[in-house]
Amino acid sequence: MNIVVCVKQIPDPAAPQSFDSSNNLNRSGKLILDEADTYGVEMALQLADKAGGGDVTVVSMGSGADVAGLRNALAMGATKAVIVSDDSLRGSDALSTAKVLAKVIAREPFDLVLAATESSDGYTGTTPVQLAELLGLPSITFAKAVSIEGGGVKVSRQTEEGYDEVTAPLPAVVTVTAGVVEPRYASFKGIMAAKSKPLEVLSVADLGLEGHVGAVGAREEIVAVVAAETRQAGEKYVDEGDGAEKVVAFLESIKVL
Amino acid sequence: MTLSTLWVLAEPAGETFTSTSLELLSHARTLAADVAAITWGAGGSLAAVAGEYGATTLYDVGDLQGALPGVPVAAAIAALVAAGAPADILIPASYDGRDVAGRLSARLDRPVLTNVTGLSDDGGLVTEHPVFGGSLTVKAKFTAEGPGIFVIRAKSFPVDASGGAPANVVAAPAGDTGATGTARIETSHVEERSGPKLEDATVVVSGGRGLGEAGAYSMIEEIAKLLHGAAGASRAIVDAGWVPYSHQVGQTGKTVKPLVYVACGISGATQHMVGMKGSKNIVAINKDADAPIFQIADLGIVGDVHKVLPALIDALKARA
Repeated sequence: MNIVVCVKQIPDPAAPQSFDSSNNLNRSGKLILDEADTYGVEMALQLADKAGGGDVTVVSMGSGADVAGLRNALAMGATKAVIVSDDSLRGSDALSTAKVLAKVIAREPFDLVLAATESSDGYTGTTPVQLAELLGLPSITFAKAVSIEGGGVKVSRQTEEGYDEVTAPLPAVVTVTAGVVEPRYASFKGIMAAKSKPLEVLSVADLGLEGHVGAVGAREEIVAVVAAETRQAGEKYVDEGDGAEKVVAFLESIKVL
Repeated sequence: MTLSTLWVLAEPAGETFTSTSLELLSHARTLAADVAAITWGAGGSLAAVAGEYGATTLYDVGDLQGALPGVPVAAAIAALVAAGAPADILIPASYDGRDVAGRLSARLDRPVLTNVTGLSDDGGLVTEHPVFGGSLTVKAKFTAEGPGIFVIRAKSFPVDASGGAPANVVAAPAGDTGATGTARIETSHVEERSGPKLEDATVVVSGGRGLGEAGAYSMIEEIAKLLHGAAGASRAIVDAGWVPYSHQVGQTGKTVKPLVYVACGISGATQHMVGMKGSKNIVAINKDADAPIFQIADLGIVGDVHKVLPALIDALKARA
């Protein structure tokens, strides 16, 4: 069972964020593996294990040369990593990203593509489905549970009211919500092993996508970045056993009680 | 009003469309001379509702025969576009809406703008997107040939009925979707819920990492129940597997704008703030006096949720 996991290296969400001069997210600092992607990596490792083996390949795209996040996925247990890294990818939108990933993924046979429902920096949340369409595959999004049954994939898919059991034949694209599995920490042995695992770096030219991706391919532009309406902080009290009373009084004042 | 026609994806929800669909229909009417709704399944019989909120035409994809909506509905819209494109297409940011948007974007080879919370006409639609926890607003527009695809978050616009006549229903079949359309819904499970939906509740009580362990979330549920509200959660405890994704408030979860939002043990990460800072009133209980949540709270209690919440439960019970 060969599984591809789409992952993204992002600026640490806990650190202050800013835009660069072109209104792209400033990515000049250290990049880390998006925590949202660790669930897909873990899910892939578990599914491959249950299926009796197979490759777990992490695939990524970025404008810089950072690969620490990919090494992290390899240290968790992924077999190999491929990243399309090219300055011309700066400013790419979700559809361009999907075009790049589709070219990479189509190079080798696979049974399943996993991705997070959305990245934790851009939050566009459409790339996996765009990727599925470009690959001509079915997709099941917002998975709470994933299993392989009878040559197909079975997914408990989040809905407004609960969940649906959804099936699709393989190969397919599945997006997983956070919390579905508990991502393992990379062991020391894993970290050492990751250093010698294959990590392939491709350029946009390698994929024949020059002129179709990056800011040129995005076909959308930011016209302004403005300060949003701010909220003022109200009263703040240190609880001295009267915290609950203060909450009750506040709820009374706004007629909730 | 420079736009001729806008299409709105109207997701069926029982006897009506989802609230976000109605918000989009209402707002579309202020932007374009003509509004059409696109629906499927039970939505095909909602011509009166579509008209009530301003659509003159209701394109009906029909029975999806168990298929997940994303592929067939996008295929049907692509076929409609080929026959005569609207200025733009508005889609609710929902599980199925996001599927439709992604599929349609790739089919039409058109970009998509998501997480839209504002939409105005300035010689073409200009979007608003909250970034960095809602401290900044990015305004954007499409630069290429339309139709543009916009995915819009819940609660971005008020619902306003126009009292229009029933929409004219036009069949819009999906056609053959090949391998892409093979995802099938086998069974649907409705989870028991007492009280209002998270996004409709006038009171939302949310818990975060400060609760310490999964079991403590029951206090959040109890307070929500006592206040006839809904229980929400921060991303941290959803990621930790304590509560399901459907409870998540924030950038990656739901947008809520209740009369009061009670944040318990939530520090106020930017990703959370963007989903709740539109609340009318905010109460925060957190032991860290410097937690960012206090910067937007109308009432802040610096204290341990394990002491304040049990006391609050007792106080509310005493009044019940």
